[in-house]
Amino acid sequence: MLLIHCPYCQEERPETEFRHGGEAHIARPTNIADISDEEFEAYFFIRSNEKGVTFERWRHAHGCGRFFNAARHTVTDKFIKVYKAGEPKPTLAELGLESGESQ
Amino acid sequence: MSGAYRIAGKGRLTPARQARFSFDGKFYTGLEGDTVASALLAHGVHLMGRSFKYHRPRGPISAGSEEPNALINVARDATREQPNVRATVQEIFEGLKTNSQNRWPSLEYDIGAVNNLGAPFFSAGFYYKTFMWPKAAWKHVYEPFIRAAAGLGVAPKEADTDHYANRYAHCDVLIVGAGIAGLSAALAAAQTGASVIICDEQPEVGGALHYEAGTTVDGMPGFEWAQKTAQKLAAMDNVRLLTRTTAFGYYAQNFISLTERITDHQAMVEKSAPRERLWQVRAKRVILATGAIERHMVFDGNDRPGILLASAARTYLNHYGVAVGKKVGVYTAHDSAYEAAFDLKRAGVEIPAIVDTREKPGDAVMAEAAALGIKVLTGHAVIKTSGRLRVTSMTVGRSTKGTTTKYEIDALIMSAGWTPSVHLFSQSRGKLTWDADNARFVPGTHAQDCLAVGACNGTDGLANTVEEALGAGELMARAAGAAADAEKLSLNTETAFEWTGGMVGASEGAGPDTVAKAFIDFQNDVCAKDIRLAVREGMRSIEHIKRFTTNGMASDQGKLSNMHGLAIAAEALGKDIPEVGLTTFRAPYTPVTFGTIINHARGSLFDPTRKTPMHDQEAALGAVFEDVGQWKRAWFFPRAGEDMHAAVNRECKTVRETVGMFDASTLGKIEVVGPDAAKFLDLMYTNAWDSLKPGRAKYGIMLREDGFIYDDGVVGRLAEDRFHVTTTTGGAPRVLQHMEDYLQTEFPHLKVWLTSTSEQWATVAIQGPKAREVIAPIVDDQDISNEGLPFMSVVECKVLGGVPARLFRMTFAGELGYEINVPADFGPALWDALYERVEAAGGCAYGTETMHVLRAEKGYIIVGQDTDGTVTPYDAGLGWTVSKKKTDFVGIRGLKRPDLVAEGRKQLVGLKTRNPKVVLEEGAQIVADPNQAKPMTMIGHVTSSYWSEHLGSSIALAVVVDGHKRKGETLYIPMEKETIAVEVTDTVFVDKEGSRINV
Amino acid sequence: MRKFSAFAIAREAMRQHKGWEAQWTSPEPRKDYDVIIIGAGGHGLGTAYYLAKEHGITNVAVIEKGWLGGGNTGRNTTIIRSNYLYDESAGIYGHAHRLWDGLSQDLNYNVMYSERGVLMLAHNVHDVQSFKRHIHANRLNGIPNEWLTPEQAKEFCPPLNISKTSRYPIMGGALQRTGGTARHDAVAWGYARAANDRGVHIIQNCEVTGITRGPNGEVTGVETTKGHIGTKKIGVVAAGNTSVVMEMAGIRMPLTSYPLQALVSEPLKPVFPCVVMSNTVHAYISQSDKGELVIGAGTDQYPSYSQTGGLHIINHTLDAICELFPMFTRVKMMRSWGGIVDVTPDRSPILSKTPVPGLFVNCGWGTGGFKATPGSAHAFAHTIARDEPHKANAPFTLDRFRTGRLIDEAAAAAVAH
Repeated sequence: MLLIHCPYCQEERPETEFRHGGEAHIARPTNIADISDEEFEAYFFIRSNEKGVTFERWRHAHGCGRFFNAARHTVTDKFIKVYKAGEPKPTLAELGLESGESQ
Repeated sequence: MSGAYRIAGKGRLTPARQARFSFDGKFYTGLEGDTVASALLAHGVHLMGRSFKYHRPRGPISAGSEEPNALINVARDATREQPNVRATVQEIFEGLKTNSQNRWPSLEYDIGAVNNLGAPFFSAGFYYKTFMWPKAAWKHVYEPFIRAAAGLGVAPKEADTDHYANRYAHCDVLIVGAGIAGLSAALAAAQTGASVIICDEQPEVGGALHYEAGTTVDGMPGFEWAQKTAQKLAAMDNVRLLTRTTAFGYYAQNFISLTERITDHQAMVEKSAPRERLWQVRAKRVILATGAIERHMVFDGNDRPGILLASAARTYLNHYGVAVGKKVGVYTAHDSAYEAAFDLKRAGVEIPAIVDTREKPGDAVMAEAAALGIKVLTGHAVIKTSGRLRVTSMTVGRSTKGTTTKYEIDALIMSAGWTPSVHLFSQSRGKLTWDADNARFVPGTHAQDCLAVGACNGTDGLANTVEEALGAGELMARAAGAAADAEKLSLNTETAFEWTGGMVGASEGAGPDTVAKAFIDFQNDVCAKDIRLAVREGMRSIEHIKRFTTNGMASDQGKLSNMHGLAIAAEALGKDIPEVGLTTFRAPYTPVTFGTIINHARGSLFDPTRKTPMHDQEAALGAVFEDVGQWKRAWFFPRAGEDMHAAVNRECKTVRETVGMFDASTLGKIEVVGPDAAKFLDLMYTNAWDSLKPGRAKYGIMLREDGFIYDDGVVGRLAEDRFHVTTTTGGAPRVLQHMEDYLQTEFPHLKVWLTSTSEQWATVAIQGPKAREVIAPIVDDQDISNEGLPFMSVVECKVLGGVPARLFRMTFAGELGYEINVPADFGPALWDALYERVEAAGGCAYGTETMHVLRAEKGYIIVGQDTDGTVTPYDAGLGWTVSKKKTDFVGIRGLKRPDLVAEGRKQLVGLKTRNPKVVLEEGAQIVADPNQAKPMTMIGHVTSSYWSEHLGSSIALAVVVDGHKRKGETLYIPMEKETIAVEVTDTVFVDKEGSRINV
Repeated sequence: MRKFSAFAIAREAMRQHKGWEAQWTSPEPRKDYDVIIIGAGGHGLGTAYYLAKEHGITNVAVIEKGWLGGGNTGRNTTIIRSNYLYDESAGIYGHAHRLWDGLSQDLNYNVMYSERGVLMLAHNVHDVQSFKRHIHANRLNGIPNEWLTPEQAKEFCPPLNISKTSRYPIMGGALQRTGGTARHDAVAWGYARAANDRGVHIIQNCEVTGITRGPNGEVTGVETTKGHIGTKKIGVVAAGNTSVVMEMAGIRMPLTSYPLQALVSEPLKPVFPCVVMSNTVHAYISQSDKGELVIGAGTDQYPSYSQTGGLHIINHTLDAICELFPMFTRVKMMRSWGGIVDVTPDRSPILSKTPVPGLFVNCGWGTGGFKATPGSAHAFAHTIARDEPHKANAPFTLDRFRTGRLIDEAAAAAVAH
């Protein structure tokens, strides 16, 4: 069971309080009704599925209820950073990683 | 009394404290503190089990949890029978009953031992190569035969009457293992003020000090120091000391699982006492002090009862006061066996010879052997042994080719050196490194906040161990934030001998090109030659070798066998050991009962049960409940003599003719509030909400982004900025999650707040022609006439003389209907008041089954029954819910994808059977041509099907390819015994014009 | 290849088993191959075998970063069944099921295919409706599947608790009598040996690090830790690592990789005659030929390549097992482990050509790929050899996520085991 730091509650809580929310930083197109089939496929179905640092969403479902983002390494399962929804995607440098170190 | 092999004055048990127990029906007397193994050995009994494959007679090889051979069955009664218990771990108590396993008719004469004769044929992996002809014989002859031979112990037949417990714990430092390393670390950590948990699998602390005789710590005999230290630690507020507690799993972020065995050693068990307890510990820092496990020598006939690890023999002698034999041979490649020989010799046991593969054992041990008059044969090997149920001789020589000497013995002790217990370190995903000088893997790179100390870290020597452990204890406590002042600790230790030596792999006579039965994995009967066969057959990876030979896959999970298997494989492959690799260590360290893992989650605690506020009222009316998710919902209310069918028919008829009441409390409810609430719902539902006036309600359809129906429900607008949203029973949590997701991450600019109110409201639906007259008296000051509260409207009012309520005029039955929501605590009062009125009006309570029939008669869908995640609103005939004006809502783009707008989609229709008495089976498949061959082209299936008492005929809903164009067509439902003809109809069977509703 | 038989064993027993040859060899890679398969699991090795056997394409390499059969093939709970709902699924799983029967003889390797029956339990009205829908669809598709009452289920599986008072009483079950299990390692090894015998190169401990492309975007080979290897056709069969490999060709996949755990008990005398699955309470159990209870757990909720998962997942699974079989609380877990399963949005696999000429992909089997092994391999070999799908895999295209023609087994069953 992972320990997850909720950036709103400012506390580490057990994973069972949270719900994984899929890949982060996939914005819903504002003109969604007009996008092509390919664009819709890319938006709704295609996923990075990173082996390395992944950016993902969590919801503190049994806590504050808020969605937030996390950078986590999918091989070690270690959290590198959690940050509030709406904050920009951190660069690898901001995560303290060199490029190429993401794997 | 307690056995002829019990040596007076030896051991730490009290001779006066005796306990009688039985093994295979025979009674023995042992001492309190004995294990089954030590107590039986005290009586000269070594034969305790049979191996898995060849049914070879076996005795205990160890004195601990790594035991592969001496597995027994322990039973308190029929409901508390435990197979596969290690006799070396099970403590005896007065009245304990134990039995051997995997033998018939008896342990001494086991028919299964014929397998041993067939051993040349049953080579590793032989079953992959045969039993294939004739083909049918596999299923009918070979497979049943193989399956019948499976297993060791017998599974319990009855449900367990013991119970199990669970604790969560947090600490600064968790220390695994309470030998000298663990205890030292605990002392150092504890005095900094850190919260410390220290656990050990054994009944008392001490670890390796159990077998030591000459070691002193702080001037005390080592074992005594350990007990004193344990007392000191246990008395500290910041320390929790857990014995009989095995750390079995090391998970991410320093999450460690422990199993504490609480009652298995007790003669009298308190009813309230849990048998075992799971500890789920989150530790800031972890210190692994898990010690090392001695390896056996790999030589021909090394598995006979009476052949044991040297450290085990020493434990039996120095701790239990039991000599493993009267004439004990020694075979070793490591100094540790010398100390065992010395202790035995001093206790009066004859040692015919120490056979050492090394030319130059340590000087100190050689000198001591000489002083004690023990013959040492250096550069020699035990070539073979003899004895059927007990070892009777060893044959010794420089090699198999030269001259050999036979020694009569009744036991043989051995040591090939020590394997660090890196299991938990490896489970923590730490990387191991190869220590070539000592032929062992030791902890290398750490992956988590842990340190290994002592023997498990490859640290040799008592003084080094203590220094390392004290340092680690303080370091880890400080790292966890402990700040109290503490003096630098040090401990004086003295030990008789520093050990050297060790080997991995086969010894003389069991090398390449030999046919010796030199066992590596005792339980699974894997010999050195099996490893070589695997290599010969092309297995290069240690994982392949393991799986092909089953080496390391027995219930000890390779604690004794892995290193030998690896070394023999490396030799056969001509590679270095680290190149061949090591199989992965996985939880659990030792087997753990399912009971411990699940602990409280049994019976009613298996999963929470959700009941509505009116559950007891419904139960009192005789309701039969059905499970819907975690909810218990009243399914139907049978009266005397009624079966389900009769009850449902009556309920349906009553609702259509008079009135019925239904507990709708399980429906999900979400309060959507805020200036942008309507805008938000516009995005979440296909419908348009802006135009809905306060006081009105509307049926809404919610899609996923892919365009398929996700949920539905009636939404009432209470005010400009406030909506009462209802969801399906099962959909409540996911709909809220779905809404929160969009609100927080896609539409955060909208000023809307969402609150789940599912359990805040109790809801009763009143449906039927007399609904208005039933509710009129209980509604305070609210016009409920058709004009005052028209169909699809909602009002906040009071009921029952002042209880706040939300009153909906709506129906899921196609009748004049209301749904009354009151605060949950008022649910029972509302139910009672309504029930009295309903009954007086000739009505009844109805359950979910009747609700389903009534809604199907009206063609109302159930999401998840008439839809399955591939149905669009258009497919379901609900295209009218999709607003044409909106430029955005969730699902708007998904709905336009090529396949969703293509011809040939399955669409919801009604079905009428040609014979109206025939009720279709839900899930039955529909074809256009009933005479085609299989596989048939299926064009749809029945989603809902009921007997309609109101119509006097069956009705059904179905999804059918191009269904909307097929009205009037005859289709077919091929059942097992007959084909049923059906006519495609509209989905509405009752009151198409809605005249029953709008009154 | 020297044939395996009882006679061969007897012959070898006489000479201390000295005469066995390697079941597969460990060759150095050639400069190029007609086809390269990435991933030496059951599906990949099987693909190579059928390429050689059915299509005469023997200049094939199977490249594996670890050891063959070391991924999900060697980590699953070996359940075999074909009673899936949709015609498309019935097509591919039925194709596999027909190949299972006789696979041992075909490969001359006993894969211990055991038709012991797979019983799926219904715990509520919704389950009953869903299973009956399956049974009717299966019957018309010619796939065996039958309904059992609770009493019949108990008769078929005596340890089953059918008490009306349990938390989720059993309302019946769907039984596929021809369903069962097989020995997972033997499937990988049998295909490896038979493929090797037909000239296929199996190259282990060789990681693919890149996919090289020609001027028209077509594949020209792979970069590996053993150097560049040329080819015109690549079949990616990399399960949990598919996204990583496909990214090398610039293709982003509709996949997410999750940890999936399983466990075995200590060996017990025969106590459990069949396979039982309950999607509602999440329990999947059978007993191995060694006597271990083999129990499948669910996936963790987050994507991971760690091959480990949380204890609470195991915990939840054992809760369900002991609810169905209350006598098993004293049975002990002996070993647990994890795999990485690649899951598609509709829980159905992808066996398909891709937009890159010469690149083919077989993935997305989620938690249930083992049962499909022979069918998947056979159809995928056909797809690669003929450059067009076999009818069994034709619906399982990569572009169905664009068109919306999903095969949503997830909608029909909570878990597509």
